[in-house]
Amino acid sequence: MNNTVLEVKHLKTYFFTRSGVVKAVDGISFGLRKGESLCLVGESGCGKTATALSILRLIDSPPGRIIGGEILYHGEDLLRCSSERLRQIRGNRIAMIFQDPQTSLNPVFTIGDQVAEQIKLHLRLKHKPAMERALYLMEQVGIPQARERMKDYPHQFSGGMKQRVMIAAALSCEPEILIADEPTTALDTTIKAQILDIFRDLKQERNMSILFITHDLGTVAGIADRIIVMYGGRVAEAGTALDIFDQPKHPYTHGLFNCLPNISAGRNRLTPIPGMIPSLIDPPEGCIFNPRCEHRMPICSEERPKEVVLSGEHFVACHLYS
Amino acid sequence: MSKGLVEVENLKKYYPVTAGLLSRHVADVKAVDGVSFYIMEGETLGLVGESGCGKSSLGRTLLRLEEPTAGRVLYKGSDITRWDKRQLKELRKEAQMIFQDPQSSLDPRMTIGDSIGEALLIHSIGSEKDRLERVEELLKRVGLEPEHAMRYPHELSGGQKQRVGIARALAVTPKLIVADEPVSALDVSVQAQILNLIMDLQRELELAYLFIAHDLAVIGQVSDRIAVMYLGQIIELADRTELFSHPLHPYTEALLSAIPLPDPHQKRERILLQGEVPSPVNPPPGCRFHTRCPRVMKLCRQELPTLKLLEGNHLVSCHLYG
Repeated sequence: MNNTVLEVKHLKTYFFTRSGVVKAVDGISFGLRKGESLCLVGESGCGKTATALSILRLIDSPPGRIIGGEILYHGEDLLRCSSERLRQIRGNRIAMIFQDPQTSLNPVFTIGDQVAEQIKLHLRLKHKPAMERALYLMEQVGIPQARERMKDYPHQFSGGMKQRVMIAAALSCEPEILIADEPTTALDTTIKAQILDIFRDLKQERNMSILFITHDLGTVAGIADRIIVMYGGRVAEAGTALDIFDQPKHPYTHGLFNCLPNISAGRNRLTPIPGMIPSLIDPPEGCIFNPRCEHRMPICSEERPKEVVLSGEHFVACHLYS
Repeated sequence: MSKGLVEVENLKKYYPVTAGLLSRHVADVKAVDGVSFYIMEGETLGLVGESGCGKSSLGRTLLRLEEPTAGRVLYKGSDITRWDKRQLKELRKEAQMIFQDPQSSLDPRMTIGDSIGEALLIHSIGSEKDRLERVEELLKRVGLEPEHAMRYPHELSGGQKQRVGIARALAVTPKLIVADEPVSALDVSVQAQILNLIMDLQRELELAYLFIAHDLAVIGQVSDRIAVMYLGQIIELADRTELFSHPLHPYTEALLSAIPLPDPHQKRERILLQGEVPSPVNPPPGCRFHTRCPRVMKLCRQELPTLKLLEGNHLVSCHLYG
């Protein structure tokens, strides 16, 4: 049975800047299934946000352009549908939450108006029923005294509460897919735990598919069913959460785990990954990770590694395994 | 008798809140509200807390980058809150700061070499030739190349800029460094490099650090002792192993249980805190944490607990341990 709701095939998103072409997303493929949470993990500049924005065609153009690939939502290619059709899907069937709730809210409208806005648009409800639905959603995501707080403006909300508002707004049309781009990164530890709980409930109670983007492996461990590790605009390794955490294969995945501070280990030196993240304007030849890799072989700087299936859903793009 | 390099006694920092045309003083933001601790030579005191708890204000007030409202800061036994400008200039040779955002703490129009050498120039240390040599030595010490001296900040990556920030702090051979979230703007692979550098430098140069961060895993990696701050006050202070193995304050317990661990097998009993941090303008009466505390008692609403010394050099401010 095919229960894939969203399929990304060979996606390429480039940014055409004055200093050159930035290959932010360079041939990425994955599928998102009904009711699963898939995490895109990687450091800054690995193309995880560009991938998410490409799915809903939200890439700023110029300088960005999706130059190849397909994004199939139940078989329908979102890259080739009309903008009117895309508007029906965006926010309605596929909703997105951004990292910084501050910049995603309009400071001159009340919170209630902003949550109700898309309800009016997509569900074609009048003001009053739309506001009632907005109230219901805000209560669902745990905003205390929601009826009074609907009349407040964004600046009267704390960061954690604003992120709850964004989640309420994203849920307004009961989307099938939720794309969350670093939704907890700007939040404090105790608030982050509260928000992650909301995501877990959403998945369980509404059987929602979540594409969760983060750089924080701790957050990933708490939420992911499957994980895709990205590096330099490409997939380095993918598999179930247990595949990645218990048996990481790609040297970059290994490196990411090794350099995490560990409370139980004590005051020891960490094992960092040497060097730095490469420029995507002029990326290294062959495997993009090869200049930082301790297992580098001659072939690594010559040929781009293909994806090797290790077991079930676990695959890795590394010459060590081919 | 002197306990350490720095002793802080009942330090307070209030920021006035003004209103109206005549900027009437209506209230105070009690950012730091009666804090006492000490730092020994060559040790790292970690200061952890969520945003708005006053940890940055404390760090800045400690170095008199902000004027304290009340209290004393003894540096080598002498109260620096009474020092005049000339004496403070001398203090700057011994006590330095590393900032969170290396981007905004470097002058974009100055070369890296000039930025690092500026402190030497201000304190008239060495001839021009000596200073150039010293800058070169510092660059190598923090893992950069001498060639970087001629570069401008925009040509460097985030990690390299933070290395420059560290080199600047080291230029005057300090004994004490206040590091305010020095790695929170960096990617994990780079974060590990910088944490290693910070720990290596401490060993070689016998530096004392006040290491401020919101990330307990990072704090645990570098600290000898850890102080937990909530709403302007230190609520618990203990050796790192003691704090992690026997947290006493309910807030510390919650904070520890909320750290997202990079391990999907670990199913922990998480203590989910309700609500948010109250405003430091109008902190709740009694214990500041009582509004969110899962173990609140009647006494907590009435009386402010004080820091009490328990077994194992463990300080805690909570009525549970009366």
